[in-house]
Amino acid sequence: MSCSLTPEAAAEALDAHVREIVRWHFSPETGCPYWLEQAQSLDFDPLAIETFDGLLQFSHFDDEILRKEDPARFIPKAFAGRPYNVFETGGTTGMPKQRIGWDDYKTDYTEFSEHYGPNFFPQGANWLMVGPTGPRRLRLAIEHLANIRGGACYFIDLDPRWVKRLIGMGEMRMAKAYQEHVIDQAATIIRHRDIGCLFTTPKLLESLAERMSLADAGIRGVFAGGTTMTPQYVRFIEEEVLEGKINYAPTYGNTLMGLAISKKRAPGEYSLTYHAPQPRAVLRIVDPDNTDRVMDYDEYGRVELTTLTKEFFMPRFLERDEAIRRQPCDEFPWDGVGDVRPFQSGTKTVIEGVY
Amino acid sequence: MNLPILRLGQTYESCDRVELDLGGGRVATTHTANPGLIRRDLLRISEAKAALDAIPADTLAGYCEEAAELFLHGNLESGFETRSGAGGSQSRFPHLQSPTDYVESLSALTRLPHSLVRMNMTKIHAAMSQVRTVIGGLTRGMPLEIFDAGLTTIGAPASAGLSGPASDLTLNYYPTTSSLGVSLPSNAPAVNSLWIPAPVMKIPVLLKPGREDPFTPLRIVQAMIAAGFPKEAFGYYPTTHEGGDTLLTSCGRGISFGSDATVKKYEAFPSISIHGTGRSKILIGEDMADRWEEFLPVLVESVSANGGRSCINTSAILTPRHRDAIADALAAELAKIQPLPRDHDDALLCGFANPAFAEGIDGMISGHLKQPGAEDCTARHREGPRMVEAYDQIYLQPTLVACTDPEHPLANTEFMFPYASIVEMPQAAMLGNIGQTLVVSAFTEDPEFIGQLLLSSDIERLNLGPFPTNRVQWEQPHEGNLFEFLYHRRAIQGNVAADSIRPAELQQT
Repeated sequence: MSCSLTPEAAAEALDAHVREIVRWHFSPETGCPYWLEQAQSLDFDPLAIETFDGLLQFSHFDDEILRKEDPARFIPKAFAGRPYNVFETGGTTGMPKQRIGWDDYKTDYTEFSEHYGPNFFPQGANWLMVGPTGPRRLRLAIEHLANIRGGACYFIDLDPRWVKRLIGMGEMRMAKAYQEHVIDQAATIIRHRDIGCLFTTPKLLESLAERMSLADAGIRGVFAGGTTMTPQYVRFIEEEVLEGKINYAPTYGNTLMGLAISKKRAPGEYSLTYHAPQPRAVLRIVDPDNTDRVMDYDEYGRVELTTLTKEFFMPRFLERDEAIRRQPCDEFPWDGVGDVRPFQSGTKTVIEGVY
Repeated sequence: MNLPILRLGQTYESCDRVELDLGGGRVATTHTANPGLIRRDLLRISEAKAALDAIPADTLAGYCEEAAELFLHGNLESGFETRSGAGGSQSRFPHLQSPTDYVESLSALTRLPHSLVRMNMTKIHAAMSQVRTVIGGLTRGMPLEIFDAGLTTIGAPASAGLSGPASDLTLNYYPTTSSLGVSLPSNAPAVNSLWIPAPVMKIPVLLKPGREDPFTPLRIVQAMIAAGFPKEAFGYYPTTHEGGDTLLTSCGRGISFGSDATVKKYEAFPSISIHGTGRSKILIGEDMADRWEEFLPVLVESVSANGGRSCINTSAILTPRHRDAIADALAAELAKIQPLPRDHDDALLCGFANPAFAEGIDGMISGHLKQPGAEDCTARHREGPRMVEAYDQIYLQPTLVACTDPEHPLANTEFMFPYASIVEMPQAAMLGNIGQTLVVSAFTEDPEFIGQLLLSSDIERLNLGPFPTNRVQWEQPHEGNLFEFLYHRRAIQGNVAADSIRPAELQQT
């Protein structure tokens, strides 16, 4: 689906959105206690910010705050009294990072649904989610996606924190057994219920497809995310795991951003480029040694996320990922991030994509 | 030069690739297999097994013998090359690798001198050409038909007290797996010898080459295919660490090489055999200690052969007396081994492809030498420091450390260059001190000491007499027994005759 905006118009729309959201979070009538308190110690007036570039006055958001602060301190005054969800990030251990929310996940996933139209994931089909449920935004988001497309959603849980702990303890055999346990349950649901669409991680998808032909089992669309997908990996998933018969929507996302959709690829093209749900979130590829500088196009740099919704404001958070800065495209007239991988994955050992 | 994946014999070009610098503007590009691709191929492993099962083991052994010659002398397909043509078009053609090309390419990546690559080639050739002897050693002389029908008949041992035809013993062995996954190192090409009998035993092999040695396993595989083995019997997967884990844990049986940490990592998997640190040793008995000067060449060879890189190189010498004299004489000989260009015929030391490894090892040894109880005896004989740069490479020069304390951290360790310690202790204390040891060469003729050695559970391979630890006898298993790893004996009772149930096409005429 192409976008009617030009890159220039998209940038103007982003600036306007920045003004609206910054005023919302830093005005006493609507803002949240955390940011109103922070404003006291800033050496600039956030209410004077007019453009996205003005956000560069903020230092990088420290996500440890999301462990330390009571999530209630992020409730905008305008939302006071409305029940809210507390979401936790994926595989962290110890005190979890928490983010609260109301409708953002519905907005994100409704937009995702509209982007793919009625056929990519057949309208009315039931979904199966195999992956981290529990206190995660994704669990509600996938059910919302299934529901707005006219289907129901089944769930098989996988606890990534336990998998990380098993791997950390060197319990490879137990980690493998746990994965088998999850796949057993998913295979059972697919065999005995009418499932047309799947959300899962690529690794679980591979394992599931080693048990059965997903195409023959009636799966028509797969939505996956949560780990590095190299071009080879994407090709393998599409050609062999999905047998070239199932639509595949790889995404990049997390609890703090929402989800970035991958742009449409030409036949034989397997390199992924994700575009943030701008203006609600902005991804920049920055120089790791000078994060004020955006990398040139087609160069790797560190991923920086800014989230700009009425529910949550998070400026310039440095993700634990790096990616290639890619050009805007017809579908998304703003920068994309390509071939995402763990930050400095070439120089250190990273446990990622454990599930 | 591109080295694509072989998926049970089928070439597959990956989008993920690693470029390796061969020097002189030449590049070898390996194609990286994602882990799922390996598991996917294992779903079809029964086809590979069936292809091997269709050929008598005796014929496969013949193919292996023929492959030995091709490996040593032939021009073998090793991936492909591309060439730019008019209008920017690219044409590709098979890369035929000559033995010289193999030696030079492998040397460029591993920094093994040409002479050592050729020596390793000779070892691999021997393992292939003597595969019947090797398998005979592993099976204790059972005929190859055991791999065709699972049945064979041998004469009952005399101790059974039986005689005549009725005393023949029928044996039934069945394969415990339909795949053997091997994750190979880069530092010692000859370890490929370990898996070579598997396809003759009708077990398909899936190989992960070491990053710096993508050539050796592929050259062996191509030689075997050219000699007649079904190509479906081989998988060749340059891959990541995760891919290596997948290969080992997903195949029915796995073999890997590595440190104590690798051993620990896979200890929960009984299907995986890890060839860990060798810590091979020479034990000089009380009866031969005074003759140490006679054995000096054996000590030098044991420490330095193959550039000191093998697990069967001696890393510790235990003697009941003359420690200082032996140490000084051995150090003087080892110090004569100096860096030479990789293509020099006498080159023995290997450079380090990754200088950081050399720096780490050198720093560790120097750090431990500050602890009392150890002296670097080679330091007084060699010129300059242990780590030197020469011929555009980093080398670690041979090092012999004399330890007064057997508990010193340098007394029972192993490094990837000619390194050994020498410790003085009574013969009676030796077996209590050696710990897990891959090879022991015991310089003794003392029947009592030999008796104790034969019953020691710490020794994997025992050489009795003044033999170097790197001595190879093809009829003896190296570490573990591949046949017992891949096959299991089943009790079988009743009136069975091997010939009557063997498939007709496999019966010998």
